Formats: sequence, structure tokens, C-alpha cells
Amino acid sequence: MSVRFRVLSSFSIDALKANKMRSFLTMLGVIIGVAAVILMMSIGQGAQQQVLSRINSLGSNLLTVMPGAAGQFVRSGNVNTLTLKDAQAIAKLTGVARVAPTVRGNTLATCGNKTWTTEISGTTQEIADISSLEVELGRFFSETDVAGISSVAVIGQTVYENLFDAGVDPVGSEIRLSGISFKVIGLLKSLGASSGGPDRDDTIYIPVTTAQIRLLGKTDQSVNQIQVQVQDLNQMGTVQDEITSLLRKRHRLSDQADDDFNIRNITQLQTAAQNVTGILTLFLAGVAMISLIVGGIGIMNIMLVSVTERTREIGLRMAVGANKQDILNQFLYEAILLSLTGSFFGIVFGIAGSKIFSHFAKWSTAISIQAVVLSVAFALIVGVFFGYYPARRASRLNPAEALSFE
Amino acid sequence: MSTLPLISCRGLKKIYPLSGVEVHALRGVDLDIERGEMVAIMGPSGSGKSTLMNIIGCMDLQTQGSYYFDGVNTSDLDARELAALRNKKLGFVFQRYNLLPRASALYNVEIPLFYSGMYGEEVKNRALAALSRFGIDELADNLPNQLSGGQQQRVAIARAVVNDPLVVLADEPTGALDTTNSLEVMNILQKMHIEQGVTIIIITHEPEIAGFCPRKLIMRDGKIISNEISSSDVRSKEV
Ligand SMILES: Nc1ncnc2c1ncn2[C@@H]1O[C@H](COP(=O)(O)OP(=O)(O)OP(=O)(O)O)[C@@H](O)[C@H]1O
Ligand SMILES: [Mg+2]
Repeated sequence: MSVRFRVLSSFSIDALKANKMRSFLTMLGVIIGVAAVILMMSIGQGAQQQVLSRINSLGSNLLTVMPGAAGQFVRSGNVNTLTLKDAQAIAKLTGVARVAPTVRGNTLATCGNKTWTTEISGTTQEIADISSLEVELGRFFSETDVAGISSVAVIGQTVYENLFDAGVDPVGSEIRLSGISFKVIGLLKSLGASSGGPDRDDTIYIPVTTAQIRLLGKTDQSVNQIQVQVQDLNQMGTVQDEITSLLRKRHRLSDQADDDFNIRNITQLQTAAQNVTGILTLFLAGVAMISLIVGGIGIMNIMLVSVTERTREIGLRMAVGANKQDILNQFLYEAILLSLTGSFFGIVFGIAGSKIFSHFAKWSTAISIQAVVLSVAFALIVGVFFGYYPARRASRLNPAEALSFE
Repeated sequence: MSTLPLISCRGLKKIYPLSGVEVHALRGVDLDIERGEMVAIMGPSGSGKSTLMNIIGCMDLQTQGSYYFDGVNTSDLDARELAALRNKKLGFVFQRYNLLPRASALYNVEIPLFYSGMYGEEVKNRALAALSRFGIDELADNLPNQLSGGQQQRVAIARAVVNDPLVVLADEPTGALDTTNSLEVMNILQKMHIEQGVTIIIITHEPEIAGFCPRKLIMRDGKIISNEISSSDVRSKEV
């Protein structure tokens, strides 16, 4: 048995060596397919890791209270159920470290003869800590500024670049937001480019009171969101419950009524992001799988093209003493050998490709064992199926038929 | 059992179902061939010569009738046993040589030995010995397309006899060769017949080739119509 195995597998190796071009072309399909699966999945999973780590950097002890019922798609400004007073009430709850209510709006900013359309974030001084904002020049606005409805602004790097000449100190300058004059008191450090997401440096921070009264005319004191920093991670649930009952009481909701607000925490965001990037990974893997199947069809083509030659070879081998099982085993070993060798090079090229991609595209990639196992298993199935099938057909002929096959 | 001839066919029929129409390739063949005979089969194209030889060589099965080889009814054997029979007791030579195109002469001769379960040095030595019997051991490493037709046919004969078969079956072995090479091949086969007593069956269209054989069969329309055994002086014929 083991002698027969040795002999038959040596036949397989000899056959592959004897026909290098055919072996190479057959393997090429597997190589490209496996490399594509590994590369695509490493890109997808890299994206997933990147998104998740970015979300984690936002701080996992944050709760975000938004107006409108959960699941309801809220366009900012449409639902006005949250107010500044709600925020002040939440701040008094135990376990709450910081609270930052925010109103948002777009505005045309002018400075001298330069103009720039940007986002206004009307908020309190607490946002600096919550969102890890750091000042490069000047200062952030203070509680006094918020209480005094001061017309002061802290600008992001992108805003600075578009409204000021490079090198000019913006602190103390006058800018106009929707025609209303503001004094620049601070310039923020860059928060860094976020690939895909909005430019977080393209914002002007002003006191929430000023934004509501002077700029956006929100007489009802409504806000777009309230960010709550919780003191202790373990209290996230408790605090969330307390905020819920507090707001229900403040909004005078009956027991049957749904919440007219919703509270999101970072875990939910993580799950959502994981789902989205998981779908992305699956999609990429699917595309790559198709290339593996196309590679498999290539294998079948080459095998079928050579089937005349191979059928005669099978006939000859049977004429000199091979039985069906010998023939099938030889071709099976051949197909496995081709698939595994192809997979090996596919893995090498896939990993190399993923490293090159992450180097040039500045996109971190992650190679997973699943991708390797999945693609090799798939290549093995495809290779064996398409490589073995013609041999199976030929081995069913009797030697005389196989020898006279045209 | 030992009273039976080496090859014994009774009422052999072969019907090919060819796209609805049945082709009767053999219409009842009775044939006995003793050990050590050298037989020529002649007859017009389509008369069933190759069909008969494929059945004798256990490469195909008859539709009807019985075939005893070396005392065994071949209908009682399964595919595996038939393969072993072809490997050990039968050797084939084809008109088109049927060498593996991308394998050396030596490798081609080694193939039957591998299927006998041999391996290592023994395989190489036996294959080389077979090649040198026909004076082509120097060409052992050549690929078939680096050999002349005559040389290729000698490699094919070496492959047929490397396992010391009882019978060598040759279907138009000289059909693709010129006169010199044809005679050379026939001399080789005749020598095997005389010196080792190997039973040899040759299909041919050429009377000169058939002239090497003491016994001549003529087929027509799937039947043997003539069976003539000439005087034994043919055995000593030399060219
Ligand atoms: N595989 C097959 N399927 C259908 N018909 C076949 C097959 N093989 C042979 N035949 C038919 O059987 C008949 C006998 O064929 P066979 O090959 O035995 O003739 P032959 O005597 O060897 O002829 P030739 O001298 O041309 O080689 C022919 O009519 C042929 O067409
Ligand atoms: Mg014929």
C-alpha cells in the first residue's frame, strides 16, 4: 500500500514536472484566487480594526443623549425635545462627571476678504475635556463666557487655514459668522485627518448660549445632543437609567408613552461599526471568492484541453497494468499537489500584497487565520474538483476505448 | 485446465452500439492459440482484427461468447484482476507506439514495472536491460520526439516485454515504419518467439510481414475465414 502510494505520488510529481507550462497555468488560477482572498480579507479586517480603535479613542465612558425616539431618523433641528435645562439637570445627577450640550449649525464665516463655509458647534467649556480638544494658541472659552453669552470663538485648524494667512496669529482677530461679529480667542490643535469621516478640524466652537440666542435664534433653548461623561465605567448602566427617568419626569411623559429622546453609548456604536465593517469584509471576501472560482474554471479549461492527451495516457497506463483506483489516485494526488503548491504561493503573495497595500495606501491591514484556512480549503475543493473530474471520466472507459480516444 | 490452449475463444461476438445503429464487429469467432505460437492476423479494414485483439488482450470485453486465457475464464475476473493480467502476462505494441510524450524512453519502459509494485534500483535495471536487448539503451534519456519511428517502436516493444509476458500482441506494429525498420521490428519479435518461446500475435496488412509468422489467420466481416499453418522452415528465415 505505502509502496503503491509512493509510486503513484511519484507519477503525479513526474507528470507535473513533465508538463511545466500546464502545471504553472493551472496553479496560477489558485495562486491568484488565494492571494486575492487573503488580500481582500486583510483589507476588510484592517478597516474593521481601524474603525473600532478610532471609536475606542473617543472614550468608552461617554453617553450621548439625542432628541427623538430611538430608531427614529432625526434630522437635526426637527425634534426639539432636549434643552439646555435638561443638560443642567443631568449634570446634577450622581456619577456624572461632565455634561456638554451642543447645538449645531452651518455658517458662512468671513475674515477680512476671506470667506469659508463651516460648522458651528455651540457648546460649553466641558466639551474640551470630553472631546479631548487642546488649544494651540490662546484659550478655550470659559464658564463665564457661556454664562455671559459672549461673542467669542475657538477655531479649528481647517478654519484657520481658510480664513487666515499662514503664520498669522488669529487670537484677538475679528471674524463674522453669518454677519455677526465674534472675537477669536483660541486656535485648536489639529485632531488629525480621519480617513472617510468628516474633517474634525473644520469647526468653530462658540458658547452654547451665544449660538442659541445670537446665531441660530433657538428661542426654545433646544439642543441637538447632550454628551455625558460618566465617572466610572461600571456605572454606565445606572447612569443611563437615571438619565432616562430624569428626562421622562422632566418631559412629563406618561407611563405608556415612548421616550422622546434616546441615549447611545459607545458599545452600541462599536457593534454597529463592527456590523458594517463585517459586511464590508464579507463583500470583499465574496469578490475574492469569485476570482477563486474563475481560477477554478481556468483549471478546468486547462484540464479539459489536455484531456485527449491525458485520456490516451490513461488508456496506455491501464493497458500496461494500472487499475481504475491507481488512475484515480494518481490524478487526485496531482490535483491536491497543484492546489496546495498554488495555495502556498497564493498565501505568500497575498501576505506580501497586503503589506505593500498597507504601506502605500496608509491603511492598516490584518491577516487572519480564517482567511488563510478559508482560501486554502476553497482552493483545494476547486482544484480537486476540476482537476480530478476529467480523470474520473476517463477512468470509467475501458483501456481500448481510452486508447482510441480522439 | 492444462489441456486448454493458452488462448481459447468460443463464439465471440462484439456489438458496438453506435448512435442507435448496432455495429457487429465480431460475428462469432472460434480460435485456439497454443503457447509459443507466432500468429499473423490479416484481413480488410473493418473486418474486426483490432476488436478481436483487444478482447484477447483483456482491454475490452466481448458482448457474447467465452474467452479462456491461460486456463481462466476472463468473464470471471474483475477489473482489478484483468489489470493485473495485462500487467504480468500480456504485452502490447501499437501502430502509433503510444509512448508518453513528455517522458524519457527509460521512464516509458519503467511504467509497467511500477504497476507491478516494484520500485527503486530494480525498476531502473530491468528497464535498462530491456532497452539494451533492442540496442537502444544509449537513448534511455531521450524523449519520444527525439527518437526515430523505428527507435520509438523498439522502446514500445521493450515496454511490452519488460515484465516477461506470455503473449505479445502487436496491432500493425510496422504500419508507420519504412521497410528497413519494419524488418528490424519483425526480426526482434521473431527472435523473442524463437529464443524465449513468447507467444506473438501480429495484425498486419502486409504479406511480407505476415510471412514471418508460421500461422496466418484471415478475417472478413467479423469472422475468421482462413486459418493456415505453413511448414516450420519460416522460423529460420533471416534478413
Ligand atoms: N469503439 C467503437 N465503436 C463503434 N464501432 C467500432 C468501434 N471500434 C470499432 N468499431 C467498428 O467495428 C468494426 C471492426 O473494427 P476494427 O477496428 O476491429 O477493424 P480492423 O479490422 O482492425 O480494421 P483496420 O484494419 O482498419 O484497423 C468496424 O466496422 C468499426 O467501425
Ligand atoms: Mg485495426
